[in-house]
Amino acid sequence: MGFYADLLQILDSTLRLSTPLLFACLAGLFSERAGIFDIGLEGKMLIAAMASGAVAALTGTVWMGLGAGILASLCLAAIHGVASITFRGNQLISGVALNFLASGITVLVAQRLFGQGGRTPALSGDARFGEIVLPLTETLRPVPVIGPFYADVVSGHALLVYVALLCVPLTWWVLFGTRFGLRLRAVGENPGAVDTAGVSVIRMRYTAVLITGILCGFAGAYMATALQAGFGKEMTAGRGYIALAALIFAKWRPWAALWACLLFGFFQALALRPDVVENVLTVKVPVPALDALPYVLTVLVLAGFVGKAIPPRAGGEAYVKER
Amino acid sequence: MTKLPNWADIVLVPLVSLLFAAIISALVLLAIGQDPVAAMNVMVTGALGSPYGWGYTLYYTTSFIFTGLAVTVSFNARLFNIGGEGQAQMGGLGVALVLLSLPVWPHWTVALVAAALGAAAFGAAWAAIPAYLQARRGSHIVITTIMFNYIAAAVIVYMLVDVLRPPRQMEPASARFPEGAALPTLHDIPGLSLIFTREVPANVTLFIALVAAFLVWVLLWRTRLGYQIRAFGQSEPAARYAGIDPFRTIMITMLISGGLAGLMAVNNVMGEAEKLVQNSSEGAGFIGIAVALMGRNHPFGVLVAAFLFGFLYQGGAELGLWTTIPIEMRIVVQGLVILFTGALDVMVRMLLARLFFRKPPPEVAVAARERA
Amino acid sequence: MTTNPAIELRGISKAFGPVQANSDINLRVERGTIHGIIGENGAGKSTLMSILYGFYKADAGEILIGGQPVAIPDSQAAIRAGIGMVFQHFKLVQNFTVLENVVLGAEDGALLRPSLAKARKLLADLARDYELEVDPDEVIEELSVGHQQRVEILKALYRQADILILDEPTGVLTPAEADHLFRILRGLKEQGKTVVLITHKLREIMEITDAVSVMRRGEMVATVTTAETSPEQLAELMVGRKVLLRVDKTPAAPGRTVLEVENLRVSDADGVERVKGISFSIRAGEILGIAGVAGNGQSQLLEVLGGISPATGTVRVNGDAIDLSGRHSNGQTRRARGIAHVPEDRQHLGLIMDFMAWENVIFGYHHDPAYQKNRLIMDNAGIVREAQAKMKRFDVRPPIPTLQAKSFSGGNQQKIVLARELERAPDLLLVGQPTRGVDIGAIEFIHQRLIELRDAGKAVLLVSVELDEILSLSDRIAVMFDGRIMGERDPAATNERELGLLMAGIAGEGAAA
Repeated sequence: MGFYADLLQILDSTLRLSTPLLFACLAGLFSERAGIFDIGLEGKMLIAAMASGAVAALTGTVWMGLGAGILASLCLAAIHGVASITFRGNQLISGVALNFLASGITVLVAQRLFGQGGRTPALSGDARFGEIVLPLTETLRPVPVIGPFYADVVSGHALLVYVALLCVPLTWWVLFGTRFGLRLRAVGENPGAVDTAGVSVIRMRYTAVLITGILCGFAGAYMATALQAGFGKEMTAGRGYIALAALIFAKWRPWAALWACLLFGFFQALALRPDVVENVLTVKVPVPALDALPYVLTVLVLAGFVGKAIPPRAGGEAYVKER
Repeated sequence: MTKLPNWADIVLVPLVSLLFAAIISALVLLAIGQDPVAAMNVMVTGALGSPYGWGYTLYYTTSFIFTGLAVTVSFNARLFNIGGEGQAQMGGLGVALVLLSLPVWPHWTVALVAAALGAAAFGAAWAAIPAYLQARRGSHIVITTIMFNYIAAAVIVYMLVDVLRPPRQMEPASARFPEGAALPTLHDIPGLSLIFTREVPANVTLFIALVAAFLVWVLLWRTRLGYQIRAFGQSEPAARYAGIDPFRTIMITMLISGGLAGLMAVNNVMGEAEKLVQNSSEGAGFIGIAVALMGRNHPFGVLVAAFLFGFLYQGGAELGLWTTIPIEMRIVVQGLVILFTGALDVMVRMLLARLFFRKPPPEVAVAARERA
Repeated sequence: MTTNPAIELRGISKAFGPVQANSDINLRVERGTIHGIIGENGAGKSTLMSILYGFYKADAGEILIGGQPVAIPDSQAAIRAGIGMVFQHFKLVQNFTVLENVVLGAEDGALLRPSLAKARKLLADLARDYELEVDPDEVIEELSVGHQQRVEILKALYRQADILILDEPTGVLTPAEADHLFRILRGLKEQGKTVVLITHKLREIMEITDAVSVMRRGEMVATVTTAETSPEQLAELMVGRKVLLRVDKTPAAPGRTVLEVENLRVSDADGVERVKGISFSIRAGEILGIAGVAGNGQSQLLEVLGGISPATGTVRVNGDAIDLSGRHSNGQTRRARGIAHVPEDRQHLGLIMDFMAWENVIFGYHHDPAYQKNRLIMDNAGIVREAQAKMKRFDVRPPIPTLQAKSFSGGNQQKIVLARELERAPDLLLVGQPTRGVDIGAIEFIHQRLIELRDAGKAVLLVSVELDEILSLSDRIAVMFDGRIMGERDPAATNERELGLLMAGIAGEGAAA
């Protein structure tokens, strides 16, 4: 097939695989910047995947599926919000608990609805996000190097891939160009400063948590209706945690998050083509090793081999008014 | 913060949390078209209605005691060891490697000691890297231990498929453990065989688990090391003031924790399966988290909570057999228990405080005024 | 014709459970004055101000601003009523700029860029009018504490506050910075603003306020014109009885050298040098008081001597050098060498708040074999007994060893720490802010114990931001500024003015290297 063709295929997969990571990463970004530590991205993605897979199958329309996915994710996000903000509970434990909850409920509901052993039926046609061919794809294809790149890597993705990419500048603008973003960032650094300025810390944090829910909804829905054709047990396979690692890697900045997610997606893409890896490295790499690569990279990131990362100062702590 | 009487704090809060979890579980069952009362019936008869059921319940309880103790020890140092699952699987690898190293074992007691050492060592080693990264580099132990769960699964797959699998065997599993390495089950123990008239998976490891619980209690509340662990868990700056070395404390705590999680493998890999298979721990590592939280991070509470989850596990399996309720229901319960005992305990406390004290709760007077 | 007072409180009461934090408070603060509010910890000053700023709702009573009754259910209402508050712990976002901090919550519109541009201009005007010059693009973490406080004041003025409430503003300022603050406050007064100053420093009250109200145990005990009162009278009103402002002590009779410090240097976690080569010594039977505004290296000095942080240089205890950065540089070896440490922050360092009192009594000394029943197990019962005896000896109330540390008042918590450290009969006692957050009765007790230790022939290194305490207890005084010792003085031969100059970095004669 040729090395360049292989590379293009891997890059194409990279973009496909990075998308859920990117949505989840941006979701985590909003939450953590507001001071809420959310380890439950995984659970939200999973429940969104199930809900969207189920509703898309039942209604035949992927848009209903997307809406259902976002709604499901918002439910979990709301519980996390109530536990963390109103009841000032331990945010880590809340996230872990909700992940388990999602793990179990997704199978229960899928089984109840479809009786296929916890899966949702395979989606096709309008129940899926199809590939979008960008303008000028065919005209550019003959152009050397760039043509195939544009045709195979840039064009031909599901709508949500492009949405995810657009979310990056959008996030950047919201965080740094709006009043809301200023207040959000302040809440994560010194909620006392926000409170004494007359802005509701609780409202800001709930808003952040809801945005997280929406973005995770996109992530999960994408997985079930675009990346794959339906929901399967545990289909997120730790992507929520990888997204968190990417977030730390990116030091909580939107553009850096894009590159971090692309990198992790790249590793996931590599695991799908062990033959290419072998050709390049001229040594047999056991498949489990490639599978483990994203997780190992996460650990390396966390071990600080890629620089020191300082989280938002008020992260993970419930806000109690100074008396 | 409100101060409930001690007994209420230790007993009532987890009980009420459990009640909430049970109610929501029942609602979930109703939502998927099942009958909660019938489900409860199936669970109770299946788990506790016969010695056979007890044999399974106690078998699961044994595993959960180990993983619950593992999380308890780490939680007391304020380290959230979410890696019990991976540590237990690696413990299984340790058991397999040790037991397969000899063609025959002279007596099960010898095999038991050797396997236990192997299990604990491998479990501890698997916890050591996240521990080191947290202690030296501040890497958040929650995420690293979760990652190590995934990496452990990959390692086990590789070992089973490429290294430990006997030639011409299709199943990715190790060879059966040699003669002399089989542990007596409760059915095999004279005296108990009168109760457990059939083969059950519960085995002598149960007693080791009970002893371990006692030893953990002694460790945490009666020894210097335990004092240091708890002090460090309360406040790292204060611990440093008192001359307690954070690095050493984190490492020792996690090694003990990983070792305890690894020991679980003696129960299932050596005691029941008698070979190493993929995913040997089957979620017990995660249940350890729920057990520790419900047991308020105290060994005695862990015993009670482990039993409860043993009941849930066996009951859940029975549900899977006799009803159309998927076995994943027990994961839902697990999540709910963790949610209510771990994250929403403030809510439970607030509700109880309202019950106990008709007006806003009193606080120790002078201390309260000083904060005003 | 009298104008309406800026603030009038009528019958304000607030209870938290059985604790009556404010009880029928009446207060009049006249417009265009600087009004002081003093009281001990627990007197209710913070609660009252929290009610004014909308953090709490009073159980009973009225608030009138400028003669009009107002409801203040939240901070926004307070801001609308023209009240601005400068908190003791600044409410600033460390990695935002000055401009962003000022504008936070008072932005003009949803888009940030135009808001900031508008704010920049207004800020420049304000800064000029009130002598509050600050660079609007400077990031807060880079600013000095004094400048950070200016930002807090600017925040209030930006929101058109007519009434400024300052809560313990000078705790973190050098005397020179405090003087500048007072100039600013006087400037505000001239512009017709009203200032409420909450402080426990009697000298400041006398220096700058026009009137002062005294709170005691939740009640407003008196309001007097400053010119007509004295520190002694105010102290008596605060406490309800005659107060000893100085400790009785016999002159020191120092013996051999216990502690020698040579060229000690300490850098913090960011690599910034906080102690820049200091040298001093302390002899047995002597109290050396380190005076200085918080943040000039004293905390680091204590941490190094206590074994918490590493350092370079030489430190000798009883003639033998101690390890400053290696394996033996920790709290345990320090204690083994006869150094005890009463830390500045008892709640976060000196005690484990959730541990019971008896567990705290062995904190730091848990390695002592005397506490072991055998090689493996500790003798909990024996420790509890001993703890109770210690608590009785140190007048800890209540002397219940099984009560959690957080259930004790600040003064009693401090006594637990002291019982622990002093009864070790250390050769050298390090003690930081011994009476911070402690009520006056306990202060006298603690001061007595420290003198007793010194009379027993021990060496004491005392660090305190309270000049009164330093002057009262020390046999020698060294002043730290910016990580250096500016000079040593004999307390009998110096005064607050001279010390204040040294604390501000203005070297006089006899400055130490």
